[in-house]
Amino acid sequence: MITVVKAGLLASVQDLGRPGFRDSGMPLAGAMDRYALAIANLLVGNEPGAAAVELTMLGGTWRFEADALAAVTGADMAGTLDGAPVGPWSSFRARAGSQLTFKPAARGVRAYLAVRGGIDVPLVLGSRSTYTRAGVGGLDGRALVTGDRLQVGPAQGRAPKPWALPAGAVPPCGGGATLRVLLGPQDDRFTAEGIATFLSSGYRVTPQNDRMGYRLEGPPVAMRDAPDIITDPLVPGAVQVPGNGQPIVMGADAHTTGGYVKIATVIGPDLRLLAQARPGDLLRFARTTQAAAVKAVRAERAGLAALARRIANTARRR
Amino acid sequence: MRILAQGEGGIVVELGDTIDDQVNARVHALAAAVRARLGGLGLEVVPSYRSLLVLHDPVETPRAGLVRRLRALAGNLGDTPATVPGRVVRLPVCYGGPLGPDLDEVATLTGMTAGAVVALHAAPIYRVHLLGFTPGFPYLGGLDPALNVPRLEVPRSRIPAGSVAIGGGQTGVYPVESPGGWRLVGRTPLRLFDPRRSRPFLLAAGDGLRFVAIDREAFEAAARRVEAGDGTLELEP
Repeated sequence: MITVVKAGLLASVQDLGRPGFRDSGMPLAGAMDRYALAIANLLVGNEPGAAAVELTMLGGTWRFEADALAAVTGADMAGTLDGAPVGPWSSFRARAGSQLTFKPAARGVRAYLAVRGGIDVPLVLGSRSTYTRAGVGGLDGRALVTGDRLQVGPAQGRAPKPWALPAGAVPPCGGGATLRVLLGPQDDRFTAEGIATFLSSGYRVTPQNDRMGYRLEGPPVAMRDAPDIITDPLVPGAVQVPGNGQPIVMGADAHTTGGYVKIATVIGPDLRLLAQARPGDLLRFARTTQAAAVKAVRAERAGLAALARRIANTARRR
Repeated sequence: MRILAQGEGGIVVELGDTIDDQVNARVHALAAAVRARLGGLGLEVVPSYRSLLVLHDPVETPRAGLVRRLRALAGNLGDTPATVPGRVVRLPVCYGGPLGPDLDEVATLTGMTAGAVVALHAAPIYRVHLLGFTPGFPYLGGLDPALNVPRLEVPRSRIPAGSVAIGGGQTGVYPVESPGGWRLVGRTPLRLFDPRRSRPFLLAAGDGLRFVAIDREAFEAAARRVEAGDGTLELEP
């Protein structure tokens, strides 16, 4: 069991989300940075989609009530276990009673705390992800608060050894990024100048950002006519443009449908860059192709598979 | 028909550019065809007013081949009956009073009596064009144009689950407590979304829906039954 000694800014239980019910209006939810979640899980010998805790900006303080193998990935919050530094993107053994304390993230936004066995909250519609707006999943459908206690599930397979991701394998985190996009589905509703503006300008992340979406600020994107369309499907990564021409990039908790024109969609492997963007960071959008996007998806999966093998080898060498 | 991309794993099949029963019925027919014919591909489909989003694994199910199959399915829909939904769900609603605090204002805005508003709202068989906004929220087609009232100028930050509302030419039911700008005319004791049920969502896109006026006493009795776990649907043939 893990006790929330201090909840920090926003902590919630997340896995890879709740697909299969979007035709009923249930958002996907799940980790904003799915790559960091997957690696945190691999580091402790879990399936990549096991439930972990998503931390936001201020990581808070956590107490392990039993011996555990844990890992922290994502934004570097300078974690310390009973005062001893815990490297980011690494796993470590925590003794019963030890406390893991985080500082505010210096760069990036979201970190993931995984524990061997996974966080054991009830499955709701096939997922443990928290979707707070409907009070679904996680711990009682809400963000974690000080005093909460999280059960840990049963571990499977052999435990890997504590291990740190080699520096070269740690992905960049925060400080601005270029997100690859596929144009559409409503790029025909924008002028050629509007699309050129969108693809050549920097857009600042505003304070109006959360798991549902990021409002950006920059040169307005010109459209041909009104920004309203007949409400139609929306996915995480969709870039909506309301009447003021300022893009909104949708996050994991995006509604399943929306009524603004969508100029483009951020490709899946680049959504982690959005998840780690904070107010003031500059985001740019680069047009890519379906073939290049599929290649990026393949590369991400191959990288995770290779990492899983390396970590499994640490268990065998013991 | 237009086929559009929404990310590397999303294909949008657009079957029209209007909100009407005919176009929407074709969307649901296409959704059913995709589920029946391409069920082995691990797809997820999201119907909306005039388009169907088909979500796929872009590595396992490459886009080009899937687009060809979707084009073929969409081309073979034929003439879909527009006005006959597969089933009609009867939703009991207690109109007015504390459960429908805006009913009198809607009556004032439309120049009708509250009773006439209720009669008009409970008359049609609505069509669930899509579910969206929150889990289980139905966007309904079929509201009488006489009930077209503007949305609230200041949206409410908390609308109780089960609230039945009208605004901007539309009507719907809030399945979970949420913010919203439509005017509340009543409340249903049934839960449109309850993840503990074997069927978590009361409505499916494509369903018919009829509101049935009940009094406060019947509302409380039904609410107690629902609380005790009786989620029985009332269906019309």
